[in-house]
Amino acid sequence: MSGADAIRSGRPQGCRPHQRYLLEPGQWRALVVALRDDRALELLSLWAEPGFVHAAFHQPNEGVLLASLAVPERSYPALSPVRAGAVRFERMVRDLWGHQAEGAVDLRPWLDHGRWGLAAPMSPRPPAVITPPPQPEFLPVEGEGVHSIPVGPIHAGVIEPGHFRFHVQGETVVRLEARLGYLHKGTLGLMLGKSPRLAARFAARLSGDSTVAHSWAFASAAENAVGLAVPARAVLLRAVAAELERLHNHLNDIGFVCNDASFAWLHARCGLLREGVLRAAAQGFGHRLMMDLVVPGGVARDLAPGGAEAIRAALATVVAELPGLVKVYDGHASLQDRVVATGHLMPELAARFAVGGHVGRASGRGFDSRKLPGYAPYNTMAFTVPVLEAGDVDARVRIRIAEVQQSAALVESLLARLLPGEVKLDFPQAGGEGVGLVEAFRGDALHWVQLDDGGLIRAVFMRDQSWLQWPLLEAAIEGNIVADFPLCNKSFNCSYSGVDL
Amino acid sequence: MLWPSLVRALLGKPLTDPAPAIPDATVQALALRLDQAAQTRLGRSLSIREVDCGSCNGCELEVNALANPAYDMERFGLKFVASPRHADVLLVTGPLTHNMREALQRAWDCTPEPKWLVAAGDCAVDGGVFKGSYAIAGGIGEALPVDLVIPGCPPTPTQLLEGLLALLEAQAR
Repeated sequence: MSGADAIRSGRPQGCRPHQRYLLEPGQWRALVVALRDDRALELLSLWAEPGFVHAAFHQPNEGVLLASLAVPERSYPALSPVRAGAVRFERMVRDLWGHQAEGAVDLRPWLDHGRWGLAAPMSPRPPAVITPPPQPEFLPVEGEGVHSIPVGPIHAGVIEPGHFRFHVQGETVVRLEARLGYLHKGTLGLMLGKSPRLAARFAARLSGDSTVAHSWAFASAAENAVGLAVPARAVLLRAVAAELERLHNHLNDIGFVCNDASFAWLHARCGLLREGVLRAAAQGFGHRLMMDLVVPGGVARDLAPGGAEAIRAALATVVAELPGLVKVYDGHASLQDRVVATGHLMPELAARFAVGGHVGRASGRGFDSRKLPGYAPYNTMAFTVPVLEAGDVDARVRIRIAEVQQSAALVESLLARLLPGEVKLDFPQAGGEGVGLVEAFRGDALHWVQLDDGGLIRAVFMRDQSWLQWPLLEAAIEGNIVADFPLCNKSFNCSYSGVDL
Repeated sequence: MLWPSLVRALLGKPLTDPAPAIPDATVQALALRLDQAAQTRLGRSLSIREVDCGSCNGCELEVNALANPAYDMERFGLKFVASPRHADVLLVTGPLTHNMREALQRAWDCTPEPKWLVAAGDCAVDGGVFKGSYAIAGGIGEALPVDLVIPGCPPTPTQLLEGLLALLEAQAR
């Protein structure tokens, strides 16, 4: 039996547009067995609510499928032995809801550092915890001359906090283990019992650099739940904002990768181009990062007068200057020496973790949710998804360069299609369950929401792409030198806040 | 070729914005907090250590933008340093998660006197939208004495620059 058939043997629960199937314990075990042989079915996410665990899968060329299991005893057969990507989700589910994954690969805590004063905060009756925080445990490393370098949570640069434990032999990294969770804010808990309109503020602040994409994914999940169709102008404006977000983040990352190889000039030029894009976004949408722009029902603000011209002008500057920058990037051996063949991620690993975005596309996995399953307005637009096989820092930079050019072209044609009209509908007070899948600059963002009959949030989960990318950073750095870690890290640019919830 | 671009940059107009105006009331309030000794020791430059205590990374994007050529913070004597031991200012963002509280305290303890603490962003002021969560203390002031607050979600680079320049001005008085 294929994994998809195993899921479809359950009872449909009416989730839109991707069906969720409730499995009996025997069916869930059959799914785990099927996943062992069926490598095609990709795990996108795993999360929970009191009494249930949920998993999202992607069957290439078929679409997204959700599977659920009732967990009255608060335990479920683990997926991590058959899907490596499930490891951190299982640790997070245990920390937040208290559901144990039986037979899990890794049982250590993840988000819970023992400092909340309670355990399983998302469970109905979280028990108080008064013991002092335990020391974190790291995976052991053996071998002659191996020593460890602890880094963080506070890093040398202006970046988010997280702890990296390097085990090195001479200069070579033999193992990197990340310990995250420092940014855990209890975001999911704050969303419960609120209307989608109110809760959108939290989706917008899951990861600030992807604020548009996460707002859109959340809005789309809520709109799918109640069957609300958004006005055409709002759909186009959402896409304009999402492409501007992709563009400014990619420009930032290209610059920072070069900066980490001490090539300051490219960093300065990219920073300046990005600043132009942010100022145009502020002029068009009233906020540099376009926070709280996309709301359930449409967009909060229409494009300001003169906004389209400002955006066009900023993008024209980017498009005009980029080829020259790429030439400089290509033409300097000192820079190429640092990025080519550094931080290599094998295509097999990228496929096994179903990783998306520039990380996946630089390692041969061309998944782009704008294409498949596809959503408006991209399903009516022609564009090709750049894919490379090299899997190194250089390939991830080149994917970004290609996407900057592509996003500029997409914005141009989106602006040309704008017609006057409404940009926001009232959000109905109704129940339902929906999924939203939106391509952020890092890759697909997957949101799931369940609304009760009064239209308030009963359960919710927001999955940033970084959940799947973080473990692969640990794989990509293996065998590289410590000094190349900043390059590898920046070429991935995973979100800390996005996974710390 | 990089050389032609470098020559053009040398001969062309600067790409940097003019300096923002600094609110006088803020400067006076800050100057009161510094004694004479601290003023002479800090001089006219500030080394800044940024500490993210739970931000969504929106604040970090804007703090990083201060270093781009448009804002060019180094022309004012402001620079980011890698360690709190080298810092005059801790620039702290986020609602102060319980998981970051000890790290912030340790960073503050090893920042040498005289030192400032700046809370940037709405979350750092009082927890912002995350107020009431089990996982946060609710603002940087819950753990440490805050000298200057720069609100905004996130504050723009111009707002951040205004605040930091006010600190510089206060030292000069």
